[in-house]
Amino acid sequence: MSASAAEHEGRITPALVAEHGFTDGEYRKILEILGREPNLTELGIYSVMWSEHCSYKSSKTWLRKLPTEAPWVIQGPGENAGVVDIGDGLACVFKMESHNHPSFIEPYQGAATGVGGILRDVFTMGARPVANLNALRFGSPDHPKTRHLVAGVVAGIGGYGNCVGIPTVAGEVNFHPAYNGNILVNAMTVGVAAKDRIFYSAAAGVGNPVVYVGAKTGRDGIHGATMASAEFAEDSEEKRPTVQVGDPFTEKLLLEACLELMATDAIVAIQDMGAAGLTSSSVEMSSKGGVGIALDLDKVPVRETGMTPYEIMLSESQERMLMVLRPGREDTARRVFEKWELDFAVIGEITDTGRLVLRAGGAVVADLEVEPLVANAPEYDRPWTPSPPRAEVQAADVPAPGDPADALLTLLASPDLCSRRWVWEQYDHMVMADTVVRPGADAAVVRIHGSRRGLAVTTDCTPRYCVADPVQGGRQAVAEAWRNLTALGARPLAVTDNMNFGNPERPPVMGQFAGCIEGMAEACRTLDFPVVSGNVSFYNETNGQGILPTPAIGGVGLIDDIETIPATGFQAPDEAILLIGDGHGWLGASLFLRELRGREDGAPPPVDLDAERRAGDLVRGLVRDGLVSACHDLSDGGLYVALAEMVIAGQTGARIEAQPEIPLHAWLFGEDQGRYLLATARPEAVLEAARAVKVNARQIGRTWDGERGERPLTAPGARPISQKELRDTHERWLPQYMERP
Amino acid sequence: MKASVIVFPGSNCDRDVQVALTDSMGRPPEMVWHGDSELPAADLIVLPGGFSYGDYLRSGAMAANSPVMREVVDRAQKGVPVLGICNGFQTLTETGLLPGVLMRNANLKFVCKDVTVRVETSQTVFTCGYEAGQTVRIPIAHHDGNYYADDDLLDRLEGEGRVAFRYTDPEGAETEAANPNGSARNIAGVFNESKTVLGLMPHPERLADPALGGSDGKALFDGLVEALG
Repeated sequence: MSASAAEHEGRITPALVAEHGFTDGEYRKILEILGREPNLTELGIYSVMWSEHCSYKSSKTWLRKLPTEAPWVIQGPGENAGVVDIGDGLACVFKMESHNHPSFIEPYQGAATGVGGILRDVFTMGARPVANLNALRFGSPDHPKTRHLVAGVVAGIGGYGNCVGIPTVAGEVNFHPAYNGNILVNAMTVGVAAKDRIFYSAAAGVGNPVVYVGAKTGRDGIHGATMASAEFAEDSEEKRPTVQVGDPFTEKLLLEACLELMATDAIVAIQDMGAAGLTSSSVEMSSKGGVGIALDLDKVPVRETGMTPYEIMLSESQERMLMVLRPGREDTARRVFEKWELDFAVIGEITDTGRLVLRAGGAVVADLEVEPLVANAPEYDRPWTPSPPRAEVQAADVPAPGDPADALLTLLASPDLCSRRWVWEQYDHMVMADTVVRPGADAAVVRIHGSRRGLAVTTDCTPRYCVADPVQGGRQAVAEAWRNLTALGARPLAVTDNMNFGNPERPPVMGQFAGCIEGMAEACRTLDFPVVSGNVSFYNETNGQGILPTPAIGGVGLIDDIETIPATGFQAPDEAILLIGDGHGWLGASLFLRELRGREDGAPPPVDLDAERRAGDLVRGLVRDGLVSACHDLSDGGLYVALAEMVIAGQTGARIEAQPEIPLHAWLFGEDQGRYLLATARPEAVLEAARAVKVNARQIGRTWDGERGERPLTAPGARPISQKELRDTHERWLPQYMERP
Repeated sequence: MKASVIVFPGSNCDRDVQVALTDSMGRPPEMVWHGDSELPAADLIVLPGGFSYGDYLRSGAMAANSPVMREVVDRAQKGVPVLGICNGFQTLTETGLLPGVLMRNANLKFVCKDVTVRVETSQTVFTCGYEAGQTVRIPIAHHDGNYYADDDLLDRLEGEGRVAFRYTDPEGAETEAANPNGSARNIAGVFNESKTVLGLMPHPERLADPALGGSDGKALFDGLVEALG
């Protein structure tokens, strides 16, 4: 676009307006605001600020419905990341963000720069990143591109995070044909800061210097935000030049330099240059501070000569920050950045005009009022149609498997349930030496450095539930994150959401969005689990084919004493195995139905939020009281899969003796929500505690090593499966798939 | 004992080894920025893991040419013990203090996991906290850990007892399956001739604390404190 844009310098044609993604109405609005025709640079600035990616024009109305407050929330949505109080004078800063479109076009760099961007969102607020997570969705394993995309994305995430030295500790990977043309790469970073040393982006102080630090500006990534706001067609690969290239080494230097400078009093405001680069950082900082900003583009460090103002303002070169300094602190700041061998340039100042004024070559090249760029951005209440309700699937209508053990092994070796070891062994998940629960558990835990406390972190979403019933799917995504944190004994604090959807201009897609938001809002409210940050990614469509609605939830919880964290796997023989929560054998939209019966129909399991809360609060209390040696929530694949996972991760097997009152396959594979499995040496105490809070709990079996020490899992009506067979089956699929010739 | 940890741009395990050393020494090591003009007197110099200079050019190649390394090489030649972990090992081979090279992992992928290594000798300041032949569990995290040297050199290293650690199965057998990166003869760490310089790919500082799931790495640091006072 920049080449053709340059040719048009000076003349705004209707084609150019359309090329910048404006509707006629939007462009008329710009003409009204300006009272004149914009020049090309101004048009470019408007186009990125009013893009879906930056303006949230289709989602804003709906996002307001999400609860964002709690006594422990220090900063909700609207800043670079959310901030919650974690006690001891510390705060946890976190956010999740998508890099879907770039990752499909160029998986390694797309994913790498996704990690880089979210790291900057967190350290720009004064936090040292302590954990990375990622939620990935790929197309069908049979699709010719899938392996290439998985390999590239995983290598890119590892290549960036490993080099910066932040452990990548948790995440999720799904495969579904709906993502064939639009994979999802959602990256999350969690950081820790001193509570009274949080940095914000609101510029202040007329005359204060505006400083550019980090890497030089090049021609890469121009119009990335606009690309993320349109559908793909067959020619998407031609958009490769708009994908940025990451340099994790520079990011590491930038991280250390920023934290070093933040220890002084030099910084008034700081914001990273993410999507829409210098444009969005300068506009957002001045808008939030209610001030004007004047920049001299000749002073911007550039990677190549001859860059136009348009290119400088729209470049999405990585590893850059914009700061407003206190007067007279330039030398302090310069020394820090020179020590880290990073570019440092005073490129402008804060003004009282309320305008963004850009100069280049001595002339004014853009002069725009700041406020309308943000406040007058279009906001659409797009038409939407609710998703049609689906019929419930009755267990009697689903044929039972011959031997449930065979069905279990099929599930354990299926793409959505098999071990993700192949993925996370490519991520350094131990650097910083605080990872006390590694990948593979319900959630990972990083110790808060120098203490006995920990942060539990997870990402969750079940897109097949969301497409079946967006409201239940939205509830379930939040509830599962809450449950995963609870299973480790953590007190869930807050979430970040990454809303991945198709084209919002299509009413059924907007209906999915509305439904998911409604379900999430209910769950966040009932579970005291507010949303503090997030990101919306629309237009995940190729040739009109949309993805499954995927509201990925990143959850963070606090653990007071890491010594109390229960194991995921069974630890010792002859302990009681207890099932907490109600099960009715819900097979609709289950993995059993899909993987064993080839059906994706049915209403998903409903989420009873009050029951969820009661069960979770009970489990957390039991964990804290030291009654639980192992704990795992029930999710994909139901009871039987959860038991298998506890045998796989543990030191002993399990013998299930309970006789179900519902059809066996529904009991074993139903995906009813709000449930946990516990192992305990004191079942009576657990059952009594459950009775007291009216939570259904029942002993279903005991841990055992088996008659020949093979640590088997035995269930009614099923042959015993040894721990080794379970492990081998679980570990088999992904490496075989990725490494076959 | 006084220890110095050299910090390069891109080092990222400097804090981890600082914590482990502090725990064993009872006081913190000196953190020395690569650009500092003076290397303080120390009984032990540590080159930590990470991606010094982004691992651009070759892992450890730029760090090996950093001005501070001239002083490190000089001290090493005077007999001051030098420990290089992961990127530090790569840097030591680049300076020539240690023989051989570390190539890209045989499967070309970054790998992070616990491995079993066998301690080949306890007769050094670095390994005196272990028994010879003992197997220990220590994590690795690297892209370039595939140790290579020609057969003559490998024979010589073995003959002189300069192989410090080998990748083995938990029973101590050198199997191919236990070799995570294709290293020649399953070598995970080597000494210089005087056994005062050690480079190893595994990260003992990452399992030197039971809260992290193991403390097999701690004996290395405890042993250093024991040996160096």
